[in-house]
Amino acid sequence: MEARQARTGPMRIHPHITQRLAVIAMWTLTVITLGVLLFIIAYIFWHGLPHVTWSFLSESPRSMGREGGVLPMIVGTIWVAGLAVALAAPIGVATAVYLTEYTREGRLTAVIRFGADCLAGIPSIIFGLFGFVFFAIYLGMGLSVISGALTLALMVLPTIIRTSEEAIRAVPQAYREVSFGLGSTRWQMVTRVVLKSAMPGIGTGIVLSIGRSISETAAVMLTAGSALGFPHSLLDSSRTMALHFYILSREGISMTNAYATASVLILAILAINLAAYWLMRRFIAKVA
Amino acid sequence: MLAALSAVSGLAIITAFIFKEGLPIIAKVGLGDFIFSNDWYPTEGQFGILPMIVGSLEVTAGAMVIGVLFGLGCAVLLVDFVPPRPVAVIKPSIELLAGIPSVVYGFMGVVILVPFIRDYLGGPGLSVLAASIVLGIMVLPTVTSISVDALQAVPRAYREGSIALGATEWQTTHMVVLKAARSGIVAAVILGMGRAVGETMAVIMVAGNTIAVPHSILDPVRTLTSNIALEMGYAAGDHRQALFATGVTLFVIIMILNTIALAVSRRRARRAPFTRARLFVEDMT
Amino acid sequence: MKWLIGIAAIVVVLNGLSLILGGGRGDAVNAVGSTSIQPFAEMLAQAYEGSHPDLYVNVQGGGSTAGLQAAANGLAQIGMCSRDLTPDETKEFRDIVIARDGLAIVVHPSNPIEGLSRDQIRRIFAGEIHNWTEVGGPDRPVRPITREEGSGTREAFVKKVMGKVRIAREALTQESNGAVKELVRNDPAGVGYMSLGLVGGELRAVDVDGVAPTSANVVAGKYPLVRPFLFVTKGKPSETAQAFIDFVLSPEGQRMIENEGLVAAK
Repeated sequence: MEARQARTGPMRIHPHITQRLAVIAMWTLTVITLGVLLFIIAYIFWHGLPHVTWSFLSESPRSMGREGGVLPMIVGTIWVAGLAVALAAPIGVATAVYLTEYTREGRLTAVIRFGADCLAGIPSIIFGLFGFVFFAIYLGMGLSVISGALTLALMVLPTIIRTSEEAIRAVPQAYREVSFGLGSTRWQMVTRVVLKSAMPGIGTGIVLSIGRSISETAAVMLTAGSALGFPHSLLDSSRTMALHFYILSREGISMTNAYATASVLILAILAINLAAYWLMRRFIAKVA
Repeated sequence: MLAALSAVSGLAIITAFIFKEGLPIIAKVGLGDFIFSNDWYPTEGQFGILPMIVGSLEVTAGAMVIGVLFGLGCAVLLVDFVPPRPVAVIKPSIELLAGIPSVVYGFMGVVILVPFIRDYLGGPGLSVLAASIVLGIMVLPTVTSISVDALQAVPRAYREGSIALGATEWQTTHMVVLKAARSGIVAAVILGMGRAVGETMAVIMVAGNTIAVPHSILDPVRTLTSNIALEMGYAAGDHRQALFATGVTLFVIIMILNTIALAVSRRRARRAPFTRARLFVEDMT
Repeated sequence: MKWLIGIAAIVVVLNGLSLILGGGRGDAVNAVGSTSIQPFAEMLAQAYEGSHPDLYVNVQGGGSTAGLQAAANGLAQIGMCSRDLTPDETKEFRDIVIARDGLAIVVHPSNPIEGLSRDQIRRIFAGEIHNWTEVGGPDRPVRPITREEGSGTREAFVKKVMGKVRIAREALTQESNGAVKELVRNDPAGVGYMSLGLVGGELRAVDVDGVAPTSANVVAGKYPLVRPFLFVTKGKPSETAQAFIDFVLSPEGQRMIENEGLVAAK
C-alpha cells in the first residue's frame, strides 16, 4: 500500500491518513462487537457454568425452580423443538423440491417464494397468537407439547423451504443432464443426484431452524405453556429451557439456576452453530 | 406434490386467520381511530395503538442506527481490510451473536444496560435507548452477513481498476465498492429492520412498556409486539381482536418491507448460482 | 447426510421411549391463571403429587383473566384468579377461596417513606405526584410501576385504590409480580404494587392508611388492600380437580400457604 504514490491535489487530508482513520474506526466497531459477544457469553458462563452439574441436568426442579435441576425442561425442549423440525423438514424440503424441479418458473412460484419470505419475517409472537387460538383452543389440543411443536413447525417452515430451494438450485444443471443422459427418471435424478448434492445446504437450513426453535420463547409460552413438570405425553404442557430461563430470571426465583440454564442454552447454540458452519463449508466446497 | 400444497395451504391459513380475526375490530373502531388514537385502555373499550406504532418505529430506527453502523463497519473491514485467516474466526463469531436467545439479550440488558442508563444518563433506564441498543446488537449479524456477501460480489475488476488509478483501499471502498454494492446493502438493512420490528421478548424486558408516546430516547416505550405479548393471555372478545389487529398491522409492515427488499435485490447483477445460494443460506442465519 | 438422519432417528426414538415409559400417568388437573397464585399453586401441586404419585397437577400462568377463560373453554379444570369475580363472572363460574393475600405497596429499600394514604397512592399512580418530597419523602422523581391490563393484581389494585381514576400512561408496565419486585429493588425512585406474600426481605412495603402490611393485620381485617385467591371452576369441579382443591383447603395445605406468607382462607 505504501508503494503507491499519494494523489496530490485539492485534498485537505492525505488519503493515507483518512484510510488509517477509517481502518481504526472500523476495527473499533468490530472489536466492540466481538467484545459484546464475548462479554455476554463470559458473564453467563461465569455465573452459570459452575452450577451446571450432572445433578442439575438430571433432576427435576423443586420449590418453583429454586432448587433441583432442569431435566423436564431439557426433555421438553427436545420434544418441542425436535418435533417441530422433524415435521417441518420433510414438508419443507419436499416443497422446495416441488418448486424447483417439478414446476416451471413463473408467477405462481414467485408468489409462493414471496409468501415464504414474508412469513419467514413475521414476528414469532404472531405465530404464537395463531397457535394459541388455533391449536390450543380451536383444535382442543390445549397448552401442550404438540401445540408448541406445530406452531414452531409453521414458524421454521418458510426458512427451510427457502434455504432448501436455494441449495437445490445451486446444484449445477450439468448434474441433472448427466443423470438424464444415463437414463434415470426424474424421481431418481432428484433423490439420488440433486438432493445428495444439495444436502449440506439443506442441512444448514435445518440446523439453523433447530437453533431458532430452541431459542424461541414468546410463541412457546403461548402454546406449550409453562408447566414445571415432566411431560409424559404430547398433550402435556412443558416448559422449554429458554422459557424457564425467562421465568427464573424475571421472577427473581433463583438467579444461580437462571444462569445455569442460560449456560446450557448457550452451549447448545454454540454446538448448533458449529454444526451449521461446518455444513455450509462442505456445501460451498461441493458446489464451487 | 402433496407436501408442497400442504405447506402452502398451512401458511395461507395463518395469514387468512390473522386477518379474519383482526379486521373486524378495525372496522368496528374505525381505521383512523385505531391507528391514530393515543388511548390504549382495552378494558374500557379504547383501542388506539398510536403510541405503540411510534414506539416500534423509534425503537427500530434506533436499532438500525446501531445495527447498520456496527454491522456495515464490520462487513467492510472483513471484506477489504482483513486477511482471510482472521476473517474465518471473526465472521462466524459475529454470526454467533445471531444465535443467542433473545431472552438472554433482554436479561443482559436488564442486568447491565438499564441500571447504567438509569444511573448515568437519567430516566428510569427502561427506555428507547436500552431497547435500541439491545435490538441493534441482535440485528447486527444479519446486516453484517448480507452486506459481506454484497460487498464480496462486487467484481474484482472494480477494485483493481480503482487502485490502478491511484486510489487507496479506503477511497476505493467508499467511492467505488460501497456504491456498487448499494442494492445488496439496502437489502441487508431492510431485512435487519424486519427482524427489529418483530422482536418481542428482549424489548418487553428493557423498554418499560408504558402506553405514552416517548418524548426522548430516555423515556420508556411500548412496541406493537410487546403489546401483543403482554396482553394476549388475558384478552377476550374485543380485547383479543384488537391484539390480532395489531398483528395485522405488523404483518402489513413486514410485507411492505419485504417488497422493498425484493425490488431492491432484483437490481443486483445476475450472479453465478453458488454465490446466490450462499447468500441465501447466510440470509437465514 | 447419514448422520443427520441418524440424529433424527435418535430424537424420534427418545421421544417414543419417553412416551411409552411415561404412560399410565393417571388423570391430570390443569390449573391455569394468575401469576400471583402460580408460585403457591406450584408448591402445593408438588406437595400433592408427592403424596399421590399417580396424580398430576399442571400449573400454568397467563393471568387471572386468562385463567377464567381457560376454565370456560375447557383448557383448564381450575382457573386461578387473584381478584374478586365480577357479577357476570359469578353467574358463569364457581369460586372457592383458597387464601387471602394482601396487596403491598412497595418501594426501594433506601426510600425512608413510612406510609402513604390511599389518596396519596391514587394520586401517585394517576401521575399527579412527581416527586417524593410531595409525600414526605426524599428528593427523587416518583416512578409508578404497574402491571399489565388483565392482570388480577392490577384489577384488584384498581378496584381498591384507583376507583374510577385511570393509571397514568407514563407508568412503567411489568408483566409479573417478580418483574415488579426486581424493578423496584433496583430503582430508588420506583413504587409498585404486588402480592404481599411475595415481597420478601429486599423491599419495603409501606403502611397504607396508617396500617402496617403484615399478615396479622390482613387476618384482623385492618389492612385495607386485601384480595382473595380463588380457584374457579365452571360448574362442579371434576373428581380429580376436587381432590386437589380439598388438599389445598386441608389443614396441611393451608399451613403451607401460611408458611409462604399468605393468609389462610378462613
